[in-house]
Amino acid sequence: MIYYATSILLILIGMYAVLVKKNLIKIVIGLSIVDNGIHLLLIAIGYVKDGTAPIFSKPGLTANQMVDPVPQALVLTAIVIGLAVTAVALSLIIRLYDHHKTLNINKIRKLKW
Amino acid sequence: MNWLMIVVVILSIVLIIAAVFAVYQKDLLLAVIGTSAVSVVLSVLFYILQAPDVALTEAAIGVALTTIIFVITIKKTRRFEE
Amino acid sequence: MRKVIAILLLFIIGYYSLDVLFKIPFGENATGVGKHYLESTVKETGAVNSVTAIVVSYRGFDTLGEVTVLFLAATGLGAILYDKKAKKRALQNASLIVKTSSKIIYPLIALLGAYVFVHGHLTPGGGFQGGAIIATGVLLMFISYRSFETNHKALSIIESLAGMTFVTIGFAGLIYGTSFLQNILPLGIPGELFSAGIIPLIYVAVGFKVGAELTTLLDNLLKTIK
Repeated sequence: MIYYATSILLILIGMYAVLVKKNLIKIVIGLSIVDNGIHLLLIAIGYVKDGTAPIFSKPGLTANQMVDPVPQALVLTAIVIGLAVTAVALSLIIRLYDHHKTLNINKIRKLKW
Repeated sequence: MNWLMIVVVILSIVLIIAAVFAVYQKDLLLAVIGTSAVSVVLSVLFYILQAPDVALTEAAIGVALTTIIFVITIKKTRRFEE
Repeated sequence: MRKVIAILLLFIIGYYSLDVLFKIPFGENATGVGKHYLESTVKETGAVNSVTAIVVSYRGFDTLGEVTVLFLAATGLGAILYDKKAKKRALQNASLIVKTSSKIIYPLIALLGAYVFVHGHLTPGGGFQGGAIIATGVLLMFISYRSFETNHKALSIIESLAGMTFVTIGFAGLIYGTSFLQNILPLGIPGELFSAGIIPLIYVAVGFKVGAELTTLLDNLLKTIK
């Protein structure tokens, strides 16, 4: 139960940073915190009480005592794609600063290059 | 209420405090340190939820590579907000 | 004014999300798909790690898409930050303790990364984790020494060959079997190193590709500091 409340709080804190803050780097930090909250929510849903990790290490384990392996495979892909999105967003920020000399989104208004 | 639940409650409180600290700071380097602290505590929580593959991936990618990309961007732009 | 509207909106979203989520019981039985994958992993694929079998064998096409997305991100970053007159990096050398100990630790980190992606079907690990560990070791050498250079041509050849190996193994499954990425090698005894058909081969290719891509990404970023 506490995992659900923690993950929803993380998503809300990240979305507050995306909606209200005016610095571009602070917005990308908020996006990264939203990603972390979603991953925690997915893995907390796939937990089975008194279960163990889904690896058949000893010859006596049955499939009834293990946690669900499908959300773990989804989150493994999602972490790598989150890193790719953050890297491309930060490279665009470096180019924007070279041209406009500021990082405030209220001052970057003109759309011509 | 055994000792594992007490550890989970303490780690969740540290997680929320680090996330609020990362959003509220004006010095951008301290905000990046808050983001990597969220990733470290999240990796321990993944291990308690019996998911060792995901804990290893989050520790290798979220802590090391995300922090260094943010620090290089801050070096090329401004350090303080506004 | 903007802050008040944002906090009100987030409060409404949070309240209704928690209202729905507390009706899901925490720690109940797994879904039907999860139980089927757990029961038929060792018989059908021969791998001991169930998450590896799902990522490479049952949902192998999604892994091909993820490798493509990572390749696009590294190429896009190199294209956006392109500078024709980029010279050597202007970072300083680190102190003597850091220089000496990083020369000792760097081969051990590369060995750990290779161990993690070769034993992907037996222990927790795999291609993406091993590639990220190797890229972190190269980053340590970039920070310590000013004159540490990597060979761009060799990295690009490694990355292209690893990507082509993945697709070639998939087409071999189409020619000799029934579908793309079908398992055509013998399964072997579960628990040995040479078992589980094509899963170790695919993970070795993915490990090399991810390690080379992340090293190129870090080199492009570090070269722009004047």
